[in-house]
Amino acid sequence: MVNINVLITLIPLLPLLGFLIIALNVHKISHKKSSYLACGTILFSFILSITVFTHLLSLPADQRVLSITLVSWIQTSGFSADIAFLIDPLSSIMLLIITGVGFLIHVYSIGYMHDDAGYSRFFSYLNLFVFFMLLLVMGANYLLMFVGWEGVGLCSYLLIGFWFKNHDYNKAANKAFIMNRIGDLGLLLGVILIFINFGSIDYQTVFTNPSEVEVTTLTWITVLLFIGAMGKSAQIPLYTWLPDAMAGPTPVSALIHAATMVTAGVYMVARNNVLYALSPFTLQLILITGLATALFAATIALVQNDIKKVLAYSTVSQLGLMFVALGLGAFSSGIFHMATHAFFKALLFLGAGSVIHALRGEQDIRKMGGLKKLLPVTYITFFVAVLAISGIPPFAGFFSKDEILAHAFAYNPFVWGVALIASLLTVFYMFRLFYLTFYGTARDEKQTMDHIHDAPKSMAIPLIVLAVLSITGGFMNTPEVLLGSSWLQKFLSPVFASASGIEIHHLSHTTEYVLMALVVALTLVVIGIVYVQYVKKGHVPAGEGRLTGIQKVLYHKYYIDEFYDIIIVKPLFWISKTGDTIVEALAIDGIVNSMGRLVTGSSNVLRKLQTGSIGFYIFIMVIGIIMILTLTTLTGVAGQ
Amino acid sequence: MITLFLILWPVVVSLTIFIFRPKISKQIALLASLVEFILSLVVIFQFDGSGAAAFSMNIPWIASLGINFHIAIDGISLLLVLLTTGLMPFIILSSFNGPRQNSPNFYALILMMQMALIGVFTALDGFLFYVFWEMALIPIYFICLIWGGENKSRITLKFFIYTLAGSLLMLVALLILYYKTPGQHSFDIQALYAAGRSLGAAEQGLVFWGLFLAFAIKMPIFPFHTWQPDTYTVAPVEGTMLLSGIMLKMGFYGVIRWLIPMVPLGVTDWGFVAVLLSVVGIVYASALAIYQQDFKRLIAYASIAHVGLMSAGLLTLNKIGMQGALIQMISHGILAFALFYICEIISVRTNTRVIASLGGLRTNAPILTTVLMIAILGTVALPLTSGFVGEFLLLNSLFQYNFIIGATGGLTIILGAVYCLRAFQYMMLGKNTTTTTSISDLTGNEKIVLYPIVILIFVIGIHPDPLLKISEAAVGDLLELYVNFSAKTK
Repeated sequence: MVNINVLITLIPLLPLLGFLIIALNVHKISHKKSSYLACGTILFSFILSITVFTHLLSLPADQRVLSITLVSWIQTSGFSADIAFLIDPLSSIMLLIITGVGFLIHVYSIGYMHDDAGYSRFFSYLNLFVFFMLLLVMGANYLLMFVGWEGVGLCSYLLIGFWFKNHDYNKAANKAFIMNRIGDLGLLLGVILIFINFGSIDYQTVFTNPSEVEVTTLTWITVLLFIGAMGKSAQIPLYTWLPDAMAGPTPVSALIHAATMVTAGVYMVARNNVLYALSPFTLQLILITGLATALFAATIALVQNDIKKVLAYSTVSQLGLMFVALGLGAFSSGIFHMATHAFFKALLFLGAGSVIHALRGEQDIRKMGGLKKLLPVTYITFFVAVLAISGIPPFAGFFSKDEILAHAFAYNPFVWGVALIASLLTVFYMFRLFYLTFYGTARDEKQTMDHIHDAPKSMAIPLIVLAVLSITGGFMNTPEVLLGSSWLQKFLSPVFASASGIEIHHLSHTTEYVLMALVVALTLVVIGIVYVQYVKKGHVPAGEGRLTGIQKVLYHKYYIDEFYDIIIVKPLFWISKTGDTIVEALAIDGIVNSMGRLVTGSSNVLRKLQTGSIGFYIFIMVIGIIMILTLTTLTGVAGQ
Repeated sequence: MITLFLILWPVVVSLTIFIFRPKISKQIALLASLVEFILSLVVIFQFDGSGAAAFSMNIPWIASLGINFHIAIDGISLLLVLLTTGLMPFIILSSFNGPRQNSPNFYALILMMQMALIGVFTALDGFLFYVFWEMALIPIYFICLIWGGENKSRITLKFFIYTLAGSLLMLVALLILYYKTPGQHSFDIQALYAAGRSLGAAEQGLVFWGLFLAFAIKMPIFPFHTWQPDTYTVAPVEGTMLLSGIMLKMGFYGVIRWLIPMVPLGVTDWGFVAVLLSVVGIVYASALAIYQQDFKRLIAYASIAHVGLMSAGLLTLNKIGMQGALIQMISHGILAFALFYICEIISVRTNTRVIASLGGLRTNAPILTTVLMIAILGTVALPLTSGFVGEFLLLNSLFQYNFIIGATGGLTIILGAVYCLRAFQYMMLGKNTTTTTSISDLTGNEKIVLYPIVILIFVIGIHPDPLLKISEAAVGDLLELYVNFSAKTK
């Protein structure tokens, strides 16, 4: 049997290899070869991930940690960081999601990108992304995680600006990179603070004795790390890059900006549960941020008309919900929702991509409609995803969302109330999107509609697989109250064991049943309202000019982009310009020049000697030096 | 002996070229620089990794004044020697198809420069150090004056006077120390160390400023930097490469070798001010870089920002920071070379360096674009590129030094991305403009220069340990000198 360490090492290495081969031959390699290579390497990584996962399962629960050190990376003066991997239940779940969903999206891209001139380039970036994402979750120390963290940011930048001739897309790419960098600075400082206080940046060392460090310091550390999570996982106030990131090709939105990269923040906080468990202040902060983001983004999604923008705000909102779970100390619930969300949100994006593909690039839901019969596969799979995200039992989202809501209720009914409103808003905008896209009359140009065809095989199969996962995914953690075994929670429990210090309240079964019934009932009511509005009455959202009051504010996303522009972007450019034209030129250089003039002015006496030629000065200087040297040597000799 | 040979070899070739003016002077220069590089590799193989000065040579020069021709190489010197000898062949090769390719004087001056640089990095005698320090100024001055762009005489004059003023302060400081040495007086570095340490805090402070100003102007650190953007912009590209890639490291080397162990009390008292200036410089120069319209000038400001971080980390007197500064010097040398070279390639092809009049270069020059992207990633310190290792270590030391200063210095992570990506977007991405429609991609010669650089960017980023090991022991010994002294006085 092959050494398990080799298999683990191969998991990230294969996508890297795929990237290198494609990238170095990007202009020579045929489309077919690059897609086979890209998909093949990810498939292999997926198979290896399953192998590693089953190996982990075969071990006793308390021994499910594999750590391997490959080589030393940076080592100097008491600081050391190795290239080392840590496989435990948490990272193994992440591996499965990344390589599994990643593979499906790779396959989907074969069909989606087939006309694109940058086909091979696209696949090389996609492979590079998977490599960095794997590094992020497999790294056994903070610095290696940071490598992955920045690496996925780079790939996100490259892929958002994939169609580089469009400056709006490039701007979106820059915005994503720069906003992420704001978070990254926090993360990096957090890592440094960890090093200063723990003398190490290895997870295992840091997590062994966290209570030796003062609570104030731990709070600083956890807050700084969370700032990193805010950037990557698009939480208030660093979320505005994600909706703009929809400029990238749709498979990118599905893989990077829904299923995997944006959940890195959730993973990172969960990974550090030991530290967070000791910092109640930070948990409060996470809870509030998550709750606010969940609600805020959901309200914006209500009135957006771009199919991808709706889904983007939905992602921001769902990520907020995951952070609510983390903030409550229910780490495994957060991971659970992350997993189900990866399935149904990837499906939603791929479905949207299929619609956009069929309509030749149309993304405005006001111009869609009546696609139910024309795109049957897309319609059915999309419907499954909508049910899943809305939390209709027994679809995946029901279980994971219900778990978070139950924890919230046990913690504080107000938190539950806000989370519930966010969930119901989700139901509203998702069904609004769904009905406008697939029901009613066809509103796109006749020419497009005549030539419309459903997703080709390479796109349809991933849709179907993801739909199956969106139906069944919830069963990995069916709660006891519904006669399940809470498998995922038990599987993850060794990772979150030391965080058990946080008291997680439990509800009586009766309360849980009542809550569940209430939530489902309210969900159905909302669906009914949406149905009447958009199907029965056939309402189509009005153009921008006819919006009023709150709708207008929501449509313009609370004018947050404009606000940031005024308080950050414009001042920065003003400082830059003023600095260049006034401070630099007049003040600093002015002083230097006037000092120079002062010297030249006061040396009027010597003016005759000033020929203005530097060559002459140097000549004199050199002569002078030589004369001094000669004289001193001579006197020295004479002295002896 | 090998140290002496490293210094003499470029001079010999330089004079040969200057006198005989062969038609193939560029090839001779390249060959000479390669020989020099191989020599420095020999030094690495013989280097034992300890902190002691090796390969030394110490003969009386002007015995009556206590001046010796004392040169040696320890781990710190070795890194800088390696940077000099390693970068030089690239600089020479990059000029092969340029406008200066047929000028023997040009190559003679470059090699002369190399001699002076190696001298600065190996001298262990105060007077000798000063002589090499000044000698380095002369060739670069002529390179800028003869082959520079618009306003070259005014700008080079300012550069010359500014740095000369700095060196004079250094000379005064060294002379003060010299006269404090016992007996016959001596310029030997150990004697100067002892002299510096015997001074009271106030006097040490004075000497500190004398030396530090000279070094600060060279690097340059805010607010002594105003000669730099003009000079970098006006200088011919090889001159800019020499200035930013190697010459500014003289300032850092000075701080490490000739400042910190020399006047420990001065450093303790005034180090904070120096760190503060450096960090202000990071933010200030980064902010100004955003507004720059000329790509070359933008790189110049970016350089000031990076230099600020290096000097701040260095002056935290923390081992991690010093190591970070050293590896960052190597990385910065490589990246600055790459950026300035690409800037030159673009400006030769399009006749402009103005960012706004470029655009869409990626369409016709995808390889050039990729190489620039990689150089930019190194500049913004993306992990696995050479820029990250140093920047992480530097920020680490700065954060240990002071929480707020560290966080402020960390802004470079964000601002660097702002100015780099903006420039990249408007030059390389988007649609073609009139200036860029017929641009061609990298030529064979350009690839020969840039591909190894790209590889180096990644190799250093992925496996920095060998470089870090070279200087580790020497940095440790040096800091011990400092720490022991400060502890004793307390």
